Amino acid sequence: MTDDLIIKVQDVHKWYGNFHALKGINMEVKRREVIVIFGPSGSGKSTFIRTLNRLEEHQRGQIVVDGIELSHDVRNIEQIRMETGMVFQQFNLFPHLTVMQNIVLAPIQVRKWTKQKAEEVAMQLLERVGIPEQAYKFPGQLSGGQQQRVAIARSLAMQPKIMLFDEPTSALDPEMIKEVLDVMVELAKSGMTILAVTHEMGFARAVADRMLFFDKGEIVEQGTPEQIFNNPKEDRTKLFLSQILRH
Amino acid sequence: MSDSATILPPVTERSSILRWMRKNLFGSWYDALFTLIGVWVTYWAVGGFLNWVLTVAEWEVIVVNARLLFIGQYPIEQAGRLWVWLGFLVFLAGNSIGIWARQSRVAVVLLLIPVLLAFLLPFGDEPRKWLSILSFAGLVGWAIGSARPEVLKRSVVAGWVISLPIIVLLTYGLSESESGIAPIVRTNLWGGLLLTFLLTVVGIMFSFPLGVLLALGRRSELPIIRWFSIAYIEVVRGVPLITILFMAQLMLPLFLPTGWTVDRVIRAMVGITLFSAAYLAENVRGGLQAIPKGQFEAAQALGLNGAQTMFFIILPQALRLVIPILVGQFIAVFKDTSLVAIVGLLDLVGIAKTVLAQPEFLGLQREVYVFISLIFWVLSYGMSYLSQQLEERLGVGIR
Repeated sequence: MTDDLIIKVQDVHKWYGNFHALKGINMEVKRREVIVIFGPSGSGKSTFIRTLNRLEEHQRGQIVVDGIELSHDVRNIEQIRMETGMVFQQFNLFPHLTVMQNIVLAPIQVRKWTKQKAEEVAMQLLERVGIPEQAYKFPGQLSGGQQQRVAIARSLAMQPKIMLFDEPTSALDPEMIKEVLDVMVELAKSGMTILAVTHEMGFARAVADRMLFFDKGEIVEQGTPEQIFNNPKEDRTKLFLSQILRH
Repeated sequence: MSDSATILPPVTERSSILRWMRKNLFGSWYDALFTLIGVWVTYWAVGGFLNWVLTVAEWEVIVVNARLLFIGQYPIEQAGRLWVWLGFLVFLAGNSIGIWARQSRVAVVLLLIPVLLAFLLPFGDEPRKWLSILSFAGLVGWAIGSARPEVLKRSVVAGWVISLPIIVLLTYGLSESESGIAPIVRTNLWGGLLLTFLLTVVGIMFSFPLGVLLALGRRSELPIIRWFSIAYIEVVRGVPLITILFMAQLMLPLFLPTGWTVDRVIRAMVGITLFSAAYLAENVRGGLQAIPKGQFEAAQALGLNGAQTMFFIILPQALRLVIPILVGQFIAVFKDTSLVAIVGLLDLVGIAKTVLAQPEFLGLQREVYVFISLIFWVLSYGMSYLSQQLEERLGVGIR
């Protein structure tokens, strides 16, 4: 494994009872790479991205993140979670804490930063995502787009090496999607390693280095946005793209 | 183009008492009938009760036995210590009002109630003096609190935290010798409202953390902890409090080595605590189950460990959700303490029974029980009101 690889996934399988959700996934991610994962619902794409920080357990195969293998060892899991940020479809902000408290909690408790340092970093991040004036409000007082940007800032505060996005714009009203995508594009351009499950093809075209098409628990096809959009090889990819790009 | 002047504001109904009554009380013939019946029943019940309170009832029994009802056999020359901690509590209450409810005029009026009672009711000189001091302490606390709210937040919380040890220490006493400062007053002399209050406060303070631990234990992934929690909760919830109190009073000594004794009041406190914890555990578990899975996932994804996730993310939200149920349980604990009368402790109900057993007060059950009911009601409603304020402040249902 070369130094340049940050994630290495080999023959990963997962079952939910009898349902075979992931059927032998193999893939690698290089540092600073931006990967978009797409595919029909139920294809295992969210499950896959969630195995990378072990929100889902894989039952066979090997996942190595930043040189640490994901296993039952709790310390390894915590180590990997410190290095990977995750943004969820439903934001999952902590509703009883202010925006600022949401962001500084993990750096203070996990990274053991001082409150002052954590708040300085939090403020910088809120400026980066464009909502410094909302720092002392509660999540419930913010719009969906603002909440998702707070969620991104919260993940970034841990200074992760990898960012995982699990359908970050699917729960948003159309007019708010752009403000979140803008933040993600800026993040991609800044050199962050990103894996994003999303159907925002504009985002994929703009910044993705590689796209993975998932169907029925397998990676059916992968390639650059160029190849995927202009010259898809597999019939399933063509069919799916024609369905989502029709409008 | 529409002329804005022609657009009329919506018709507002002219409100008057007669109109309101017509709409709400006499809307139809059966509304009118129900209204009349209701008025008659209310008049009959309330009128009868007031008539009894003002003319028939012999309140002398309360006045003569006031000391017994409030503090039991607690030596009167040591009662100053109780007033001191009561004053401390009122001071903290005033302080808290000043910090968190500055706008509330009602809250300030509450602080004046002791001094009002002192002069409206037939108290002796000593209680009058102390009741006035209580109001004074409350107002001083309020003034300080509203002057420097931000600075004092921490210290008032610390004050509440140390208040239970202070109360117990002052009530129990410090020195063995009769002549020393604050000589020890044995618990067999504690009684009346004092004992009820201490049983309640200790029961709540200790059963709450125990209940939370049991609730967490019931959801634990470690089978032994989970099974123990389930067994404990289900066994305790399956038996009446009275049997637990009897067990604590009668059976505990059988298990202890000879020569060991545990104070009877402490036994009752332990019994109440263990009983209440099982119920609290189920209430808290209800709150825990209501927290969406996404909250756990977000906390884990950030690298928080299990304990941090519980402490910072899950419990604060779960407890806030169940405040009304928790306070309901606290009120139940308060009223359930009256069962200790059956195992021979002289709490408010126990002391009422002994008062009524004196030959000169025979047949005055109504007066005594109405009076202690009033005390129970005032304090229960106080707790209920506090919890509503707390819910409002924490924004339950909004955030």
